[in-house]
Amino acid sequence: MTQNTKKLSSLHGRKVILHDMCLRDGMHAKAEQISVEQMVTVATALDDAGVPYIQVTHGAGLGGNSLQHGFALASNEEYISAVAPLMKQAKVSVLLIPGLGTMKELQSAYDAGARSVHVATHCTEANTSPQHMAFARELGMDTTGFLMMAHLNDAKGLTEQALLMESYGAQTVYLTDSAGYMLPADVTECISALRDSLKPETEIGFHGHHNLGMGIANSIAAIEAGASRIDGSAAGLGAGAGNTPLEVFAAVCERMGIETGVDLFKLMDVSENIILPMMDHVIRVDRESLTLGYAGVYSTFLLHAKRAAERFGIPARDILVELGRQKMIAGQEDMIVDTAMTMAKKRGIAIK
Amino acid sequence: MEKIKCAIIGSGNIGTDLIYKIQRSQFLEPVWMVGIDPDSEGLSRAKDLGLKITSDGVDGLLPHVLKDNIQIAFDATSAYVHAENSRKLNELAVLMIDLTPAAIGPLCVPPVNLKDHTEKLEMNVNMISCAGQATIPIINSVVQIQSVEYAEIVASLASKSVGLGTRANLDEFTYTTSSAIETVGGARKGKALAIINPAEPPLVMRNTIYCITDDKPDEAKITASILAMIKEVQKYVPGYKLVNGPIFDDRKVSVFMEVGGLGDYLPKYAGNLDIMTAAATRTAEMFAEEIQSGKITLTPVEAK
Repeated sequence: MTQNTKKLSSLHGRKVILHDMCLRDGMHAKAEQISVEQMVTVATALDDAGVPYIQVTHGAGLGGNSLQHGFALASNEEYISAVAPLMKQAKVSVLLIPGLGTMKELQSAYDAGARSVHVATHCTEANTSPQHMAFARELGMDTTGFLMMAHLNDAKGLTEQALLMESYGAQTVYLTDSAGYMLPADVTECISALRDSLKPETEIGFHGHHNLGMGIANSIAAIEAGASRIDGSAAGLGAGAGNTPLEVFAAVCERMGIETGVDLFKLMDVSENIILPMMDHVIRVDRESLTLGYAGVYSTFLLHAKRAAERFGIPARDILVELGRQKMIAGQEDMIVDTAMTMAKKRGIAIK
Repeated sequence: MEKIKCAIIGSGNIGTDLIYKIQRSQFLEPVWMVGIDPDSEGLSRAKDLGLKITSDGVDGLLPHVLKDNIQIAFDATSAYVHAENSRKLNELAVLMIDLTPAAIGPLCVPPVNLKDHTEKLEMNVNMISCAGQATIPIINSVVQIQSVEYAEIVASLASKSVGLGTRANLDEFTYTTSSAIETVGGARKGKALAIINPAEPPLVMRNTIYCITDDKPDEAKITASILAMIKEVQKYVPGYKLVNGPIFDDRKVSVFMEVGGLGDYLPKYAGNLDIMTAAATRTAEMFAEEIQSGKITLTPVEAK
């Protein structure tokens, strides 16, 4: 058997912390319609499978309930306080995007049981996060800086931004490929630059989207370059073509000897038995989600663009390409309708 | 008629842009610029434009207030130092226009409620935020037709137009703007979202306004009211423009606006600076007219 004669991978014995996103990023793929009961079912199963961190909030995080981002079935506090007390080992985390979420909301998420936070900014705007980062540390939370749409900055720029976040108190800094646009060589270059500059005790993470099918490959490239935390979601339930599918990634880690501490077969069962039946549409690389990865567009825009396409008679792919051209970033969902209306006017389509 | 003499506190983006707006006014004259960094670009520009300058903060201005007959001050520093600045200047009978999110005085959006403030003399009025100035007139124009259960605004700002002070205190921006949507705009509940976009070339300031009316919206009346309000704002911000809408989905009214600036200090994309400084200038002018006509007299506010 050739299998037995293969060399051990260079990553053999490396420890990596997995962070599941299907109850936060997955909210985008469900138009924010995951019930408290479903959250409890999924989170307890993931906890039982040994996943150490589980993110639980509205897709846009704290403060996300809005006309801009949609209203979830319950408040963030209701979701968190239903899930957190049932966790045997997992920590519940939240997302906070300054300009949308505030410190008041972080306090109430903490009170409800959240113990870890991704403080997210666009990849060039880290200096909108110092007060939130400091407050998270004051609360004693596991504090991560999350640089979104990382493909819109280069390795040098990302390093400067990561150093700012580290100086505000971030214990981990993530590169976040929100558009699923990055390729493994980009990830290697950028994560290596961060690893060379950040303090040795500052951890580095990678959050991928699977729009070009690169979620697994990019996450492995990140670990090779020095990352020790990886976001993914069971069955890939997330925006666009989904996040890095966590059970697939865990299997690859096991083959490479990377230690994640999760029970692979249990995680596969969660994905197949619980997550898959929850999906409103099959999450895969299709024409529109591929367009996101190809044109560098924020993955969350997918369902919004499909709705605007229906309302204004402009193909979703055309809208997404135009949004990419205009360099729209996370949080600008209003500009999807605006762009579709402007395109309809130009094409002589009447707006109802 | 002699112009009313003014001081500008804070030498960042907003303070520097204010110099140009006030210099153009027929009622106001900028005399002092106050900073804390002697090397700041704002202070050196103020000096070139003929203003007196100090880098010793408000304390550097106080000895000159009476001699130079300063009657109105604009505070473009930060929410944390505003209260102290205001107390010191109010004691010397200087009226304070607050451009920080401190909001210790009543909130003012000129086409909505300026007259209420000038009629009863206020010694401190607050200008809310750029997003507040750009969106509250539209919300109020809907409220004038029918009651609004919930209003939400999204302000997209060019990264280059957002100063360090705003960045470091983004929560204050959110809180102040959200509450002004209710108290000045007239919606029962308000929410404000801010996005900072670094695209090059920089994108012009955009604002999206959503209102949920209690009953089915009267489309014709609401559209007419919005268009009339836009004309009012254009009187002091010519680059205030409707891009798309209003569109109506059930009880939701959506309006998509753009705010181009005059390009005084920062280029035209920075409409967020202009709408703030232009609104503050217009507010000060209304008070100046009342002072000149003798209708109001500024009196020292005694320390509590």
